[in-house]
This record gives sequence, C-alpha cells and structure tokens, in this order.
Amino acid sequence: MSSEHNHPHDDHAPIVCDEKPGYYEILEISIRELLIERGLLAASEIRDQIEILDSLSPVHGSKLVVRAWKDEAFKQRLLENGVTGALEMGITIYDDTDFTVLENTENIHHMVVCTLCSCYPRAVLGLPPDWYKNKQYRSRAVIEPRAVLAEFGTIIPDDIEIRVNDSTANLRYMVLPVRPKGTEDYTDEQLIGLVTRDTMIGVKVPTV
Amino acid sequence: METIEHNPAKFAVGDEALVAQKFPIGHYRVPMYMRGKKVRILRRLGKYINPETEAFGKNAGDKLWCYLVTITQIELWPAYQGKAIDKLEIEIFEPWLEPVKLSTNEQ
Repeated sequence: MSSEHNHPHDDHAPIVCDEKPGYYEILEISIRELLIERGLLAASEIRDQIEILDSLSPVHGSKLVVRAWKDEAFKQRLLENGVTGALEMGITIYDDTDFTVLENTENIHHMVVCTLCSCYPRAVLGLPPDWYKNKQYRSRAVIEPRAVLAEFGTIIPDDIEIRVNDSTANLRYMVLPVRPKGTEDYTDEQLIGLVTRDTMIGVKVPTV
Repeated sequence: METIEHNPAKFAVGDEALVAQKFPIGHYRVPMYMRGKKVRILRRLGKYINPETEAFGKNAGDKLWCYLVTITQIELWPAYQGKAIDKLEIEIFEPWLEPVKLSTNEQ
C-alpha cells in the first residue's frame, strides 16, 4: 500500500478503468472539447447541468400525485395541462416538453415506455432507472406488458385494461396511480411514501 | 380578428389512419413496429418542430401536426397473449399518417 493510500476502509476489488472508450464516447468527448475550446460552453456549465440532473428526484412527482388525490379541482387542472399544473406546485418543466399525466382508474392501468430511447419526465421524476433504458424493457413493454408487469410483481386483473403509452415525441408521461383504500387517515408524508417512482412509471401500484 | 390557418390538421379526432410503411434513412420518431398499422386519432396534440430536420440542425420554423393515436394490442401483435381490451397509445407526426381508403369490396 502506498503512503498516499493508507486510510482504513472496507475490502473491495480495486476499481480499474481500463476499458477503451467506444465510438460514441469518443464522439461525445470530441464535441464537448470543441465546444469548450471555441468558448461556446464552459466546463463548469456542463458540470453544473450534470449536478442539477443528478439532484432531481421523484419526490416532485409524488407531491403532485398526493395533491391530486386530495384536491379534485387540482387533479382536473393537472390532467388538463401537466405543465401549468406542475407549475402550481412550483415545479418547472424546464425542457420544453409537454408533461402529461395519465390517470389510472378502476378500469384502466397505464404503463409508460420509450421504445426509441429513454424519454422520461425528468423534471418530476429525476433520472430514469437503468431498466427503463434497457432494450429488454423497451421492446417487451409494448409486446407483452402483462408479462413484464408480472415480472415486476404487479398482477393486473384481467378485466382492467392495460394501456401502454410509448413516449416518442413531445409528450412526457407520468402515471397518476389509484389511491389505495384504507389511506383516508394518512398524513401527506405517509401518502408521499406510498407514491414511489415505479408507481408513477406504471410498473407498480401503491399498496398499504 | 379572423386568422387564416395555412396548415390545417388533416385528421380529426376519431378518424382512422394508416401509419406509412416507408423506411427512409435518417432520424424518425416512428418505431418500426407501428409502420403499416391502422390507428385511430385520439387527440390533436398541436404543431411541433419537425424532428426529422431538427435532428440535422435545421429549424426553419416548420412545424408539423402531431397526433396521439391508439391501437388495440391484438391489432398490433396478432399473437398478443394479453387481453382484448389492452391498448397502446403513441404520438405520430402527420406526414406519417395516410387516410384509410375503402377497398372496392366495402364501397
């Protein structure tokens, strides 16, 4: 052990980074370095943006859902226009997309996917999970949604319609799940705890 | 003041349309699995910058109508294993939609 690295810590395999960068990684580095070289972007601006993206979390979405559960008029406004509805709660849809809320009911269960890439309502849900960007999920969610949901542990009864929303252009979807029965006396904090990221993608339903 | 819409939407809510079966090279927001499928217009979403030219850095302000369309899973995948009530919704730009022509048998 070198004198530079003598602090105690848990055993782990050494972290090595010996993979050669791929084509697109080299392309990204080249474009980024050119933008910086030409003075069009500063390295700190890129780092700032990454920090903002990393700091976003699904709790914005959870708060929208809980307010919609408790306030029927707000729910209607949110369903009518997701962008202005979110703004009422101080959430700005910063990427100029049409934030769209899909209401689950006793008869309809929505499930969101982006088969072409990884379109996701980042302003309200943060960064998408790895599985959302995975080709397996992206292809199978549209072909066999019930089987994919079952693998997530979510069994949707046969008489409930599954509605898959493939996000391909300007809309960014968030599912408004059904409020579970028996939560009438829950506080806002308790309700927010039920509305996890996956319930707003539509691969899970909130349960008590 | 009366304004003239120079680029009116070609499809109305409830209309049926066929997703074009074309395979050009470039940047397209129509997944392969939708091509050639018959859909129903659910909503006119409005006009948006054409992603097919925007992808190449061109934006002359040309905006295209975009629609939210629906199709049943069984029409989409003949071997669909789920339920007959299951559906899929997707956004399609107008140049990718063609009117459904009645066949001679139906006329």
